[in-house]
Amino acid sequence: MPFALKKKAIIVENTSLSEDIYSIWLEEREIALSAKPGQFLSLFCNDASRLLPRPISICEIDKAKGRIRLVFRLAGQGTKEFARLKPADTIEVMGPLGNGFLPEGKKALLIGGGIGIPPLLELAKQLDCEKQIVLGYRDKTFLNEEFLPYGAVYVSTEDGSSGTRGNVIDAIREHKLEAEIIYACGPTPMLRGIKAYAKEQGMSAQLSLEERMACGVGACLACVCKSRDTDHHTNVKNKRICKDGPVFYADTIEL
Amino acid sequence: MNTNITIAGVTFKNPVTTASGTFGSGMEYSDFVDLSRLGAVTTKGVSNVPWPGNPTPRIAETYGGMLNAIGLQNPGMDVFIQRDIPFLRKYDTKIIVNVVGKTITDYCEVVERLSDCDVDMLEINISCPNVKEGGIAFGQDPKCVEDITGELKKRAKQPIIMKLSPNVTDIAEMARAAQAAGADAISLINTITGMKIDIHRRSFALANKTGGLSGPAIRPIAVRMVYQAAQAVKLPIIGMGGISCAEDALEFIMAGASMVAVGTANFINPAATVQVIDGIEAYMRQYGVDDIKDLIGCVK
Repeated sequence: MPFALKKKAIIVENTSLSEDIYSIWLEEREIALSAKPGQFLSLFCNDASRLLPRPISICEIDKAKGRIRLVFRLAGQGTKEFARLKPADTIEVMGPLGNGFLPEGKKALLIGGGIGIPPLLELAKQLDCEKQIVLGYRDKTFLNEEFLPYGAVYVSTEDGSSGTRGNVIDAIREHKLEAEIIYACGPTPMLRGIKAYAKEQGMSAQLSLEERMACGVGACLACVCKSRDTDHHTNVKNKRICKDGPVFYADTIEL
Repeated sequence: MNTNITIAGVTFKNPVTTASGTFGSGMEYSDFVDLSRLGAVTTKGVSNVPWPGNPTPRIAETYGGMLNAIGLQNPGMDVFIQRDIPFLRKYDTKIIVNVVGKTITDYCEVVERLSDCDVDMLEINISCPNVKEGGIAFGQDPKCVEDITGELKKRAKQPIIMKLSPNVTDIAEMARAAQAAGADAISLINTITGMKIDIHRRSFALANKTGGLSGPAIRPIAVRMVYQAAQAVKLPIIGMGGISCAEDALEFIMAGASMVAVGTANFINPAATVQVIDGIEAYMRQYGVDDIKDLIGCVK
């Protein structure tokens, strides 16, 4: 990567999946060719008063067309700006950043919670094994139908409006789902529950973590998580989510 | 056209370095930036033992700026010396090691250890809380600035730069204290203490409650303080605070800085340092400036 820098990507499509969830396809061939499921892009705002890039995980990769799909939730002014982008607009991006999921070829449970669901879509497409997909929502569902071609899909909602009432673990128990490995992305309390569940079941689990980031490349140490072992880079029990993650084996981190 | 600048006997190929804490030891950015183009790399702060830093969230964006409370997480001087110095020495750039501590003894330990290492200068971060004096930062009390500068000068084999805190009433007083105790240079400004509240969660945006404000929002304050310090002392000054382009850097130089450091801008544009260097040269060509020194403090 000789001096790879920010790139200008072209917006191909921008649609809303619900009132606060947006789906963008952008074109940047080099990024699409090297991207892996579980990696993320840093998206920069055009408004210079918003300095920091927004880390957004990759939802789908279309290598043939050189395109990447990002699905994100409106969280503040930056993501609102992205939601207003129109086809042919450009946006500055850096990436793909971080390490993605590590496909293991074992019978798998893919578990996503809320805005942690999008990165599992590309993983579901690429994983070549038996897959059960569990998607947890507060109330309204999104993206769940797009998972149907890749495995059995189970939904949980906190208000019980679709699928199992409760959380993803409730859905797993209700359907008595079994697997050898878990791939998961979602809010920290969900990941904490999955870590405990995986331990109880004797399964391995790859968890994708989230934290506020600044540089996105491992230099600023803003987005750390606690780790089981002393980290070779930082020499303390901290891992950098952007650079060492965002995907970690559950037993290597503290949640 | 000459962009060389010499500070305390160390000659830099150009007046641009990195602001401590925004660039690690350059490893992460070496994929994006040719480190050999930089006048110097100023490393993230190094302490005597590893520091784990603060709980997260450690950063928050603000209008035209950002707050950070990383808590000076660093691997400690042993790993730094063994790994980071040899890494940086592969490049044709000077090495300025930033030093942090909780007590004067901590700083002395790091400075003594580094005295036999192959580094060019030391920059002392005195915005850390002095745990023996109730947590007020070393850099917020002129007597304390003088004491720590004097102690470190006794031990350091490399020239030392005292990095001043802007969280003071009179920056000139702190600059004079550093000069009186024998500092070789001063750098300013460190971040300005700030706070952000998340009104939706009704909590502090940072786990640490307060953090250091950096970025373009603080630049006018930094330029003013560099000017005031330049009027107060004869020491060379490394100016920083919200520099993201050559125009910004030139303001600092004209206010009296001999060198400048690019900080938060690295997060927004990894090529910022190199673009600042190129932009300064373009300015010199445009205005027929033969020597960068002709611009230092040219605004009286």
